[in-house]
Amino acid sequence: MKAKIATTWLDGCSGCHMSFLDIDERLLAIADRIELVYSPLVDNKVFPDYVDVTIVEGAVASVDDLAKIKKIRKHTKYLIALGDCAINANVPSMRNPIPVQEIINRAYVENAFIHDVMPKHPALPELLARVMPIHEVVPVDVFIPGCPPSNDTIFYAVAELLDGRIPDLTNKTRFGA
Amino acid sequence: MAANGQIKIFTLKIDGKDVSARSDQTVLQVCRENEFFIPTLCHLEGLSNIGACRLCMVEVAGQRKLLPACTTMVSEAMEVTTTNDKLAHYRKMTLELIFSERNHTCSVCVSNNHCELQFLSQKLGINHIRVPYRFPKFAVDASHPYFILDHNRCILCTRCVRVCDEIEGAHVWDVSGRGIQAKVITELNQPWGSADTCTQCGKCVNVCPVGALSEKGRSVAENTKRSGFLPYLTARRKEKI
Ligand code: SF4
Ligand code: SF4
Ligand code: SF4
Ligand code: FES
Repeated sequence: MKAKIATTWLDGCSGCHMSFLDIDERLLAIADRIELVYSPLVDNKVFPDYVDVTIVEGAVASVDDLAKIKKIRKHTKYLIALGDCAINANVPSMRNPIPVQEIINRAYVENAFIHDVMPKHPALPELLARVMPIHEVVPVDVFIPGCPPSNDTIFYAVAELLDGRIPDLTNKTRFGA
Repeated sequence: MAANGQIKIFTLKIDGKDVSARSDQTVLQVCRENEFFIPTLCHLEGLSNIGACRLCMVEVAGQRKLLPACTTMVSEAMEVTTTNDKLAHYRKMTLELIFSERNHTCSVCVSNNHCELQFLSQKLGINHIRVPYRFPKFAVDASHPYFILDHNRCILCTRCVRVCDEIEGAHVWDVSGRGIQAKVITELNQPWGSADTCTQCGKCVNVCPVGALSEKGRSVAENTKRSGFLPYLTARRKEKI
């Protein structure tokens, strides 16, 4: 049976997904062993009931991210935190020492030349008081540090999981790599 | 050292292996001479040892507590353990706490790819920090014409304090506050740029193991540290060359 794989992003820059795509033709080599059931790269908009491996990029920064990651955890066997934002909240967390309202005010009112009003719309998810790494919210099974982790590292991790092993990435990557 | 000031030769066991050492050596020196790996951050060859970071902890037979290898002198028939699960556990925990105390954003740090903290975290197999980050609010002092101090990255190893005092003889640096409030300061907590005592020698920048002290106008790749000069300088001063 093919392994069901999902990928998604929370508060990140999509750089980790770019690195994932950089796996290039090696993706084809494992294509007959995996089924991509949910991802920014495919059409499905609803997270499936059961996924073997979900790869998550980005930190938990909004109420939306929070709900998303909790749902994903519930329906996922192996949760992979991909990249520094997912693991240590990285650049998104640089707002943490400053109160949320001050940040939004600076961005949308103080520094705005036109239309200087606070954004307010039901479709806009509320920001959390502090940006968190994923493992502060739900348990994570595999950590792949790096900003972004190299395509080789990501491929190695996925291949190991497909072979039923938890990958040891100590010599392959680190924070900031 | 022996009472009459003469140096003796001791025999001790490190991880079960017999080694000999001079009585004026620390456990760390003997371990390094014999190629046993011990992680360190506050220790730097050429500076005094203060046992601040607690990364170099080892087990010594007959001692209930773990001892810092950098400040523990060797003794005859000492039995030292440098690696086991307990030590690995404490060393990891120590490093994780250091990460959680300040804001370490490696991807955008001046020391990315040449940082001792970053490399040690990889070497000890740390891929996430298990305690919650504190995300404190700390300032950056860019008032000095050549150098920058970023408290967000400081690990309070006090290498800057010691090199400026012991080697440069200027004693610009000190530590103010206690515990979580502690931070390095220049002169009496004045901006570094206004510190008349600073000779602008750059020694503090070059011994800083992390991105807390860096040179202005240099790219991340250029902001490498050169601390190799220290042992020579100290040795030559001892010999009064
Ligand atoms: S000082 Fe080192 S560990 Fe801290 S952010 Fe910079 S590179 Fe990373
Ligand atoms: S540049 Fe030299 S004198 Fe100035 S603070 Fe650093 S070590 Fe001390
Ligand atoms: S500024 Fe650098 S050398 Fe000084 S205490 Fe902080 S980390 Fe250590
Ligand atoms: S190196 Fe020994 S305590 Fe820091």
